[in-house]
Amino acid sequence: MDTVAILQNQAKILRQDIIQMIATAASGHPGGSLSAIDIITALYFKVLRHRPLEPEWSDRDRFILSKGHAAPALYAALARTGYFPVEQLATFRKLGSPLQGHPEKGKLAGAEASTGSLGQGISIGAGIALASRLDQKDYRAYVLMGDGESNEGQIWEAALFAAQYKIDHLTVILDRNRQQLDGWTKDILDTDSLAEKWRAFQWHVIEIDGHNMEAILSAFHDAQTVSGKPTIIIAHTTKGKGVSFMENNLEFHGMAPNAEQTQLALQELSA
Amino acid sequence: MKSARELPMGKATRDAYGEALLALGKEDSRIVAVDADLSKSTKSNLFAKHFPDRFFNCGIAEANMVSVAAGLASCGKIPFASTFASFLLCKSFDQLRMSVANPGLNVKVVGSHSGISLGEDGASQQSVEDLALACALPKFTVLSPSDEISCKALVNLAAQYVGPVYIRTCRPKTPQIYSTGKTFQIGTAEKLREGSDVTLIATGLMVYNALVASEILQGNGISAGVIDLHTLKPMDEAAIISAASETGAIVTVEEHLLSGGLGSRVAHILAENKPTPLVSVGIKDTYAESGSAEVLFEKYGLTPEHIVFATNQVLKHKSR
Repeated sequence: MDTVAILQNQAKILRQDIIQMIATAASGHPGGSLSAIDIITALYFKVLRHRPLEPEWSDRDRFILSKGHAAPALYAALARTGYFPVEQLATFRKLGSPLQGHPEKGKLAGAEASTGSLGQGISIGAGIALASRLDQKDYRAYVLMGDGESNEGQIWEAALFAAQYKIDHLTVILDRNRQQLDGWTKDILDTDSLAEKWRAFQWHVIEIDGHNMEAILSAFHDAQTVSGKPTIIIAHTTKGKGVSFMENNLEFHGMAPNAEQTQLALQELSA
Repeated sequence: MKSARELPMGKATRDAYGEALLALGKEDSRIVAVDADLSKSTKSNLFAKHFPDRFFNCGIAEANMVSVAAGLASCGKIPFASTFASFLLCKSFDQLRMSVANPGLNVKVVGSHSGISLGEDGASQQSVEDLALACALPKFTVLSPSDEISCKALVNLAAQYVGPVYIRTCRPKTPQIYSTGKTFQIGTAEKLREGSDVTLIATGLMVYNALVASEILQGNGISAGVIDLHTLKPMDEAAIISAASETGAIVTVEEHLLSGGLGSRVAHILAENKPTPLVSVGIKDTYAESGSAEVLFEKYGLTPEHIVFATNQVLKHKSR
């Protein structure tokens, strides 16, 4: 199999992990985890230079899940790349587990920041990329944020800052699934014309289909060749992608599937 | 020590901070600094001038600044992030909470122009709640130096210590309370004067006012000890409890709201360990206003005479 087919297959496994994890925990955010998982799969299985058995390796690329509610997607990727045993995914959201409801640095090897309070990830990633530059290293910061998260003022503070300091080792991926907790993004705070906004902030902007593995890989490759400015990949995605009854269904922003729905979802994903 | 009125005028603690940061920068390349367009006021500009590549002006965007510092710290840098205390704690509290305190990152945050002594700029710039907010952050160490000597020493100790630290500095020049070369420890209060009737526990600029008050009290036949509580968290419980045992009455003095700062924290320790008559001097549930530091201290109850008045009150409770 070629790389793309391998990654597509891997993403399918991770989608099943996400459903299983949230069903077992009986709480969590399936919609935004499923919309982001193709991107996260590409990162962890192909793009990131990381050592799962040496999570503190100082030259590693850092990935920050700024939209921390998609924690199941991150945890599935960490487990499947060998940071911790896959069986541990069943402890998600349970007392004493390193797999907190939203990722916490210090509790889980591989969690590079404590996120969940939206808006902070890009700034943290900018700091990481600046440290890389100061030490004349080559490691990069990748930050995945949501489109609802674009409501946060700090995002735009960070957008100005990263452009001002020409932080080219910072790549942001915007999971543009067009929905946030209370509804469609356009009905809450209209975040249309995001590409124009980021271009106006002097970022290198790439727009892709966030479920097209080939496009995802090519966008990351493109980002690595850009110098003198940060890159944002606007990835057009579908909330709940891969499970028919979750797709574009707002109910599954932050609701776990019941037993019957879980079985249906797993059936669809293993087909 | 000398009589308080004879102490030489020293530098402002913000100037001491700027000089200490520059010296640290020369010793350790891991030291970096970020500021929010107030580097001329916080005095991080001294560092910026010498180390332009290790200084990042974040503009008037405090939330981003604190999270950038967290990112730098997560890669082994020792970032010092400075701006006015009010903006640092109030505008970037959530970033201090989730980017810094939750993972316990090695970020040092420095709030200048604290309290009301910055004066004429008025309530929006004054910071009367920063100590309460900083002390509410788990894993944070909270420092409030009283003069240039203790400020420099505590900035150095903060740089050596691994973990998040808040350092509170002030705008006006302050009398030099300590001699050059004096050593300090984070979490260990300094007993400046022995006393037998009452102990005045003060922090920041109020340490000097407490020293003056203790001399007025001496003239009235009252023996008042003075403690400089430069570390609000972790608090030197042993020093507070032993002061309560030795003198049986406590007055706390702070340039901060009475709620959540030094007075509240000392009261909590005493109530749990050694119930002792206590009166707190501080700002009473209000914002202040424009005016010189001197007239503001007078209006908002922070002068040596206010401390003397509070001491007389607490001595009445003690004798009951």
